[in-house]
Amino acid sequence: MISIIVNGEQRDVDVAPDTPLLWVLRDELNLTGTKFGCGVAQCGCCTVHLDGVATRTCVLPVSQAVGKQIHTVESLSSDNAHRVQKAWIAEQVPQCGYCQSGQIMAATALLNKTPHPTDAQIDQAMTNICRCGTYGRIRAAIHRGAAEA
Amino acid sequence: MESPVFDRADFIRLTGMLGAGLALAINVPGCAPAAGPSAKEFAPNAWVRIAPDDTVTVMLGKSEMGQGVATGLPTMLADELDASLQQVRIEFAPPGSQYADLKMGMGPIMITGGSTSIADMWIPLRTAGATARAMLVAAAAKQWGVDPASLRTSDGVVRQEGSDRRASYGSLVAIAATLPVPANVPLKSRDQFTLIGKTGKTAQRIDVPNKVNGKSVFGIDVRVPGMLYAAIARSPVFGGRVKSFEATKAKAVHGVTHVVQVSNGVAVVAKNTYAAFQGQRALNIVWNEGPNAHLNTPALFAAAEELGRTRKNERVALLKGNPGHVEGRVFEATYRGPLLAHATMEPQNATAHVHDGACEVWAPTQGPTAAQEAAAKAAGVPLERVTLHTTFLGGGFGRRLETDFVTEAVEVSKAIRGPVKVQWSREDDTQHDFYRPMSVNNVRAVLQDGKVVSLSHQVVQASLLRRALPRLMKNGVDFSSMADVVDVPYRIPNMRVTYIEHENGIPIGSVRAPQANWNDFVTESFIDELAHAAGKDPLAFRLAMLPAGSRSARVLKLAADKAGWGEPQRPGIAQGIAHVFWGGTYGALVAEVSLQGKMPKVHRIVTAVDCGTVVNPDIVTQQSQGAANFGLSAALSGKITIQNGRVQQSNFYDFTVLHMADAPPIEVHIVPSSEPPSGIGEIFVPPIAPAIANAIFKLNGKRLRSLPFSDALA
Repeated sequence: MISIIVNGEQRDVDVAPDTPLLWVLRDELNLTGTKFGCGVAQCGCCTVHLDGVATRTCVLPVSQAVGKQIHTVESLSSDNAHRVQKAWIAEQVPQCGYCQSGQIMAATALLNKTPHPTDAQIDQAMTNICRCGTYGRIRAAIHRGAAEA
Repeated sequence: MESPVFDRADFIRLTGMLGAGLALAINVPGCAPAAGPSAKEFAPNAWVRIAPDDTVTVMLGKSEMGQGVATGLPTMLADELDASLQQVRIEFAPPGSQYADLKMGMGPIMITGGSTSIADMWIPLRTAGATARAMLVAAAAKQWGVDPASLRTSDGVVRQEGSDRRASYGSLVAIAATLPVPANVPLKSRDQFTLIGKTGKTAQRIDVPNKVNGKSVFGIDVRVPGMLYAAIARSPVFGGRVKSFEATKAKAVHGVTHVVQVSNGVAVVAKNTYAAFQGQRALNIVWNEGPNAHLNTPALFAAAEELGRTRKNERVALLKGNPGHVEGRVFEATYRGPLLAHATMEPQNATAHVHDGACEVWAPTQGPTAAQEAAAKAAGVPLERVTLHTTFLGGGFGRRLETDFVTEAVEVSKAIRGPVKVQWSREDDTQHDFYRPMSVNNVRAVLQDGKVVSLSHQVVQASLLRRALPRLMKNGVDFSSMADVVDVPYRIPNMRVTYIEHENGIPIGSVRAPQANWNDFVTESFIDELAHAAGKDPLAFRLAMLPAGSRSARVLKLAADKAGWGEPQRPGIAQGIAHVFWGGTYGALVAEVSLQGKMPKVHRIVTAVDCGTVVNPDIVTQQSQGAANFGLSAALSGKITIQNGRVQQSNFYDFTVLHMADAPPIEVHIVPSSEPPSGIGEIFVPPIAPAIANAIFKLNGKRLRSLPFSDALA
């Protein structure tokens, strides 16, 4: 049994310690907001916060998340009250929406660390893939979220 | 009010109209009430139900894969109904001919593609809304004993002019449900629209709130009680078969429960996805590779070029004038286009449960009818015993028109006698796609006095219709492969367009804007070549060949005007322009490009689009931006290559796609129009590549005649 802290709650899961955190969240804890895209930490669909740091969980063994505060998209708010969610709605960012949990978690971590990021800082921090091509609106939403902090 | 003409069969039923098959076993938040139609709802037709709590449920006959149909379609119905979008709930319709897409010309099947959804539903959904509204008005008139002509509607409420009588739609459903369904209800005139064509908060996408908090249910998120997870090892060579396999190591993986052979390979079933993936890798399979093991990309291109030279089985698709006998300066060129993968963000998957002579499937599909048929065949049950639930799609781009993932899930469920989700890895998805066909295009033009007097275009491609709908081929020509070749807008007196089918063993399919997404690169690059050869400005050269005031000319002028075409550019930057016609829509795109090392850098994109009447301007903008980025991704680095019958790429590190840092600002300018609406989901995929190539020619004098640019500039 492995014990982890997810969205403020201790959760015990019966998985092999090398199981990636992504699959623990999705298949064991049914937190399906965090998505699977590539399995090799290239696309960022699986991004969550580990002690506040945006982390790709498809290659992160659950054993390495023990003792850390894990926060998923579900922790932002279920009623879209978080400023990044609000910014995403105001800019009408999502199309298919599949990558957006990861985009939002990456953007939230960026804004927490860098309250008013420049375009260059956004380019550097936001390396998540979006096949619908919502990049321009993601950028606008990050600037909006920064302005409303 | 005169009693409208009606048929007794059209009497409203309070319940059961839509069938028990609608009931979802899973809760799809923001999408549907879990229980389907309730007994107290008013359901005047297949498209809308109104509940006593004022909820308006709109049935979606199309799949939502990002293109905005889950908002655009209800907008059309709600406008005529005089309801607000905020009271609308959406529900994905089950397979049924009443939800068929008739615009696609493929028969009475449910399908989402070809940028047809809004055009297909423009009249039916508005009629459904207007009819329901008329009945609610009649219900209020009956309840109050007043003349229906004295009643007005807005935001889901009926009011009487000059009195304080008012009733919400929900309060009227019981009476409305007893009234006859009127025929020939008039639709609104354009100046009466309250939602169609509007922007702002009231026009925001219905699906967005649940896409920012993780609640939206995609295929991968479906959970069925007792469900197991499966991964399938498929033949690395197209068409190969399992000769033998050894499963000891796979079965030893913690959590693996079954290893079963299915028609497409060997499935490892487990208690979670990760165990299934590990088991998949631990399988030891000997493959009978079959006849495709010799396929290689260079040889495939050589074969296509040989077909083009020998003109074996060349079929004429269009002949105008006498292109073989025109005097002037002759220009010839060959363009080569690569295979391309879809790379939807959500890897393919489906969930199935075969039990008791029935089959239930949950799938992110663009083709519910085809998916249902595939499930019935795989399960060995009659079609009516298959219940299909369409989920949200994590991207479609044509990949989810296929049914392979549905067949797999049903086969595995049948084998293990329980519910199962078959989940593809990114590697599975990249290497077992139905790719955009590779293409060789031979073009020839004759210039006289700076004008194109003759254009010949020979397309050598595998046929998309051959596999899917061979009956739709005409005289051996697959016209679905000829977009932006047979329908070039330019007035050229002599034209010859030919088609050579190049069947070659590669599994092919539709990729967003098929095959315009390649052909437009050829047409719009070659026109640009000719403009420079004639010493003309590429925009002026195009406009001189277009009827003044044509929709093509208007979008070209608008994009050029907004982009500042012809004005001095910053050092090292040039503009290129291209036209596109797709899905009944006209588009033009200007790209501002520099060269950074051996790659183009796009600094700004300006588009102009004429898609007729605009239902939702912000979604038109959003789709224009997204499609241009999709095309940019393919243009910069998108290619699939084959070695010994195997796909050489496997994941996003070698099938590279566009990232934030390379995504330019994209301006979208919409031509005001009162024409019927046409497609918007794909229009700007095709013209970005030629616009970039045309800019690069201005920068370095090199004409790039192949994609992607990462190879062409290397």
